[in-house]
Amino acid sequence: MDLATFLIQCLNAVQYGLLLFLVASGLTLIFGIMGVINLAHGSFYMIGAYMAYALAPAVEQHLGGGFFATLAVGVALSVALGYLLEWLFFSYLYEREHLQQVLMTYGLILVFEELRSLIVGNDVHGVAMPEWLSGTVPLGEVMTYPVYRLFISAVCVAVALAMWLVLARTRLGMRIRAGATNREMVRAMGVDIRLLYRIVFAIGVALAALAGMIAAPVSSVYPNMGGQVLIICFVVVVIGGIGSIKGALVAALLVGFVDTFGKVLFPSLAGLSVYLLMAAMLLWKPEGLFRAG
Amino acid sequence: MKIRYCMATLASAALLAAAPAQAQGNKLKVGFMLPYTGTYAALGIAIENGFRLYVDEQGGKLGGREIEYVKVDDESDPSKATDNVNKLIKRDEVDVLVGTVHSGVAIAMARAARQSNTLMINPNGGAGAITGALCAPNVFRSSFSNWQPAYAMGEVAAKRGHKTAMTITWKYAAGEESVNGFREAFEKNGGKVIKDLTVPFPNVEFQALLTEIAAAKPDAVYTFFAGGGAVKFVKDYAAAGLKDAVPLYGAGFLTDGTLDAQGDAAQGLLTTLHYADGLNTPRDNAFRLAYAKTFKLQPDVYAVQGYDAAQMLAVGLKAVNGDVSKKAEIAAAIRSATIDSPRGKFTVSKAHNPVQDIYLRKVVGKENKVEGIAIKALADPARGCKM
Repeated sequence: MDLATFLIQCLNAVQYGLLLFLVASGLTLIFGIMGVINLAHGSFYMIGAYMAYALAPAVEQHLGGGFFATLAVGVALSVALGYLLEWLFFSYLYEREHLQQVLMTYGLILVFEELRSLIVGNDVHGVAMPEWLSGTVPLGEVMTYPVYRLFISAVCVAVALAMWLVLARTRLGMRIRAGATNREMVRAMGVDIRLLYRIVFAIGVALAALAGMIAAPVSSVYPNMGGQVLIICFVVVVIGGIGSIKGALVAALLVGFVDTFGKVLFPSLAGLSVYLLMAAMLLWKPEGLFRAG
Repeated sequence: MKIRYCMATLASAALLAAAPAQAQGNKLKVGFMLPYTGTYAALGIAIENGFRLYVDEQGGKLGGREIEYVKVDDESDPSKATDNVNKLIKRDEVDVLVGTVHSGVAIAMARAARQSNTLMINPNGGAGAITGALCAPNVFRSSFSNWQPAYAMGEVAAKRGHKTAMTITWKYAAGEESVNGFREAFEKNGGKVIKDLTVPFPNVEFQALLTEIAAAKPDAVYTFFAGGGAVKFVKDYAAAGLKDAVPLYGAGFLTDGTLDAQGDAAQGLLTTLHYADGLNTPRDNAFRLAYAKTFKLQPDVYAVQGYDAAQMLAVGLKAVNGDVSKKAEIAAAIRSATIDSPRGKFTVSKAHNPVQDIYLRKVVGKENKVEGIAIKALADPARGCKM
């Protein structure tokens, strides 16, 4: 592998890793703060992707269109969806055992898949990327890199930065962190913990949906796409340390590199490399790279 | 106790009375085990339509017996396949099994058909095992083996002067069988496959592999993808700037039923399959017209495979006057027959797979136009078949 190829593969790995982080961060946020194992998290990714496919024409018609308008509408809708789901379902799960959480969120996966099948059917759809992002930049002699993938990376970095700022530097972030440590104490201090949880949950859903929306043009939109992403995200969360956002970022990049270079260097092991990484990590550091908190 | 005894006697009497009544009906029960929901639903419907079209053309009778249909959705789920096929075999007691699209499900069906000695015709699933290691006197295929189009393309690619090739597919049985078929012919004709790339099924993130292809610069790339993966791969291949740099060859599923979504990215692609657009033979034209009139749909390769499944069944049943218990005679009749298919006439190999012409097709607009015949009367090697 020459240097140019190596560098482009690194870009591929970073882009994939960052996208995984966007999904996994919501998963680990919801677990780390509310203690809920949410198997339906992958469904939010799928819902995002299908929104990118189904919303674009409607947004075009009523709001004059635009890629960012679709993203904005999609994020707004997914925040609303998250808020509603927390109110209807997840608020009853905090005090339950993990087994019950797993059962209910698995049920939600089935419901979402069935609804998807009813509303948009089972076909695979492509989603067009905006014209001005569809070019490529030359790298090396023969190779090019798609601009859109740089855009994905940029969005993910921006979201990661924003998340860090909110969690580390704002009053809301302080309350969220406090709520993760001692729910009762935060309530006693006069904070509306239910509202706080609802907001965190809605943000988690929106992160997954946003990832689905921006990934749609490069990954297509297809049934059960949520299930696949969920499994990889659990790998990320396990490697990173359950509940740790920083861990999710490092682990997502690690998974991105192992998957990308695994596919290229050991194609016969494609798909297995990530799980080998997880197994090795569990042997070496069963608690993951970073502890929550 | 006495009451229970009476009930049992009555029940047995009722069963005895019912049995001859069923036999007198004398309808031949055809059990469709096809995907009626999910990604492959359209394919299942095309197969059923094709089958029914032929039966209707024969006045609703094959081998002198009226046809009755029973349907089960196979859900394209191998883990449910055995249960689903047993519903047809044990509960509905069908005379013939017709199915299915998904190779993994088709293999489970073939196993159940072997065990129960039920006549089975597979109208799509290309898994080599069905007419290879799992071959049986009562199991037939009206479609293709994964090896067939791939082998033909290997020969085409080598004869076009390519010396090195890379392959890329999903890491699953159909993809591996296809790639192996390509390699066999390509290397036999002087080429060399330098690397096999795979992604886990049904992953469609190809960027890293496309970078690898661009770096290695082989003379050609052979691929096996179908459905959504095929759409995505062809578009990504073009977007990566590879379309003009490294010629892409594929099994026909790459561009069959996917051209609408692939658009410009697919123009000019060469693929191989046992069917093509624009064959323009009287047989195909008549079939296409009848199909379009009956179902208000354009037929495709799946409809042809369903149609030919009915033709093969008709040949077999005719030889035994509709007595499906005579498996050996049915098999002998089908093996010695020439099936007048819309795809062109074909015979059936000893392992019960079509010996057929594989077409070289080129994407022109929204059609897979026939360019010529890649290999005439290509028979699957049927490795592992002991029959």
